Amino acid sequence: MFRKLLAVFVVVLLTALPAAAAEKTLSLVISTLNNPFFVSLKQGAEGAAGTAGVKLVVLDAQDDSAKMTAAMEDLIQKKVDAILVNPTDSDAVTPSILKANEAGIPVFTIDRGASGGKVVCHIASDNEAGGKMAGEFLAKTLEEKGNVVELVGIPGTSAARDRGKGFNDAVAAFPGIKIVAAQAADFSRDKGLKVFENILQAQPDIAGVFAHNDEMILGAIAAAEAAGRKGIVFVGFDAVNDAVAAVKDGKLAATVAQQPALMGAMGVEKAVAFLGGEALPEFIPVPLQLVVKE
Amino acid sequence: MPSLPWRPGSRTLLLLLLGGLMLAVGAMEPRFFTGTNLLNVLRQSSIIGIISLGMTVVILTGGIDLSVGSILALSVLFAASAAKAGVAAPLAWCCALAGGAGLGWCNGFGIARLRLPPFIVTLGMMGFARGLALLYTGGAPLTGFGALFRFPGTGRFGGVPVPVLLFALAFLAVFVLLERCPWGERVRSVGSNSVAAWGSGIDVPGTVAKAYVLSGTLAALAGLVLVGRLDSAQPSAGLGYEFGAIAGVVLGGTSFSGGQGTLAGTIVGVLIMGVLENGMNLLNVNPFSEQVVKGVVIAAALVAYGSLGRRSRAAG
Repeated sequence: MFRKLLAVFVVVLLTALPAAAAEKTLSLVISTLNNPFFVSLKQGAEGAAGTAGVKLVVLDAQDDSAKMTAAMEDLIQKKVDAILVNPTDSDAVTPSILKANEAGIPVFTIDRGASGGKVVCHIASDNEAGGKMAGEFLAKTLEEKGNVVELVGIPGTSAARDRGKGFNDAVAAFPGIKIVAAQAADFSRDKGLKVFENILQAQPDIAGVFAHNDEMILGAIAAAEAAGRKGIVFVGFDAVNDAVAAVKDGKLAATVAQQPALMGAMGVEKAVAFLGGEALPEFIPVPLQLVVKE
Repeated sequence: MPSLPWRPGSRTLLLLLLGGLMLAVGAMEPRFFTGTNLLNVLRQSSIIGIISLGMTVVILTGGIDLSVGSILALSVLFAASAAKAGVAAPLAWCCALAGGAGLGWCNGFGIARLRLPPFIVTLGMMGFARGLALLYTGGAPLTGFGALFRFPGTGRFGGVPVPVLLFALAFLAVFVLLERCPWGERVRSVGSNSVAAWGSGIDVPGTVAKAYVLSGTLAALAGLVLVGRLDSAQPSAGLGYEFGAIAGVVLGGTSFSGGQGTLAGTIVGVLIMGVLENGMNLLNVNPFSEQVVKGVVIAAALVAYGSLGRRSRAAG
């Protein structure tokens, strides 16, 4: 009797488990797979789906808002359990999100947000945490003392605001570190060069520089090289190819990188948690990573 | 009120503005008046300065060239990809200059031969050249050039930075064309009254077209300085440079309606902008205030011009 029961139990378990797991179908609509950043994002999402035991359908919009809209409509027809979307355009995605809202399908945005419709939560990089990371790295590399310069992005943009706030908050914790100049160089390499040339004239003693993006820091490095000023520690943001090469050459001490794979994985994990009844905040920040010379 | 003739009055005012600005910055930050910083201001002003020389001529014909920033980017990419393919640096420079001249010629053809408005033709070229630059590079910069290729941006000749020398040479060349050649006289007469210029037998289309060729060529030259300084040819290079150049020209007293203005005025106008930017960086002015300060200085200069112009006309 006991054996029979056990056998039935095992059979039920074996058939029921995969059935229970395959119950949930998530879908990921991605702006383009013609960019390594989004390929990593997709791989991260697929990995997390495998771990969580849910089905994940990935659709590539090929940077075309019409294709994205069509994909969203198909998914609404199929009545998937949740839609994760990395929109091609924040405005163009809004009508599709409204349709998903009507159909009662929860929507999550990844990396790029939506300007309308009801979204459960937005999952993207945390620029403020990245700025803080850069500030702490710079302070520690300088042994917690010295004059530093901040090259600011286009004043008023969210990236400049958040990265700047994180950096300033981090540096404020080190009394030996003084920000002697904070000037706008508008995220561009030639303005970074020009503005840092000027700052070099005014400040005879500069130990470190943080720029809100890599383009500006690469301009600043060119300025320091031309002026023959050595021993300055440079920290950038974004990990673009030129900057990663500069880190390898030892010209750039560090640059802050986004983690697309983690972003994709967190998207799936949060969607699964939401379907399991968990309440989520409107914005979920994805941690960043410091790229330094190995 | 003593009767001031219009021209010397405006030039004096402009020089006073530049001098006053320099003294004010120098008083607040003594490092402003060091030799290295003054050379630094000249070197930084040279890129917009070279572009503004061509812009002055274009505005003198009564036109405008919005495409200089995009022409700069595209023609520099010609030179950069030639250099990457192993072409000798001087030959690569010629590629850029020829590219700039060619794109400028297209502007001139549209404006002078097809009689289309300069604003529209050069706006079209602005998008076209920028788009080609982006398409060609796929958005990523070309980086890592030889020392000789970078010479126009980083070199020194007898202690003077090469960008400053190129700026001076370009000024001399355009000055001779404008003030010592019959073409310069034709530019002014076309700009002040093109109908009268037609009547007096001037080749109006030819005169106007050459102004755009000059503007395109000088934009390419400025681009060679920029790529040398950055060691990077970017599809986004020179974005917004047209505004800096136009601001310098207008600040320098050249009239938007054409015919009236001087190259020397443009140089002073460009230097005012250069000193202003340098000064604000030296003094660590709050990034939000920077744009306000720039706007106020330009507006104040133009208001001062306006009132001086009215007074001298009333007195005259």
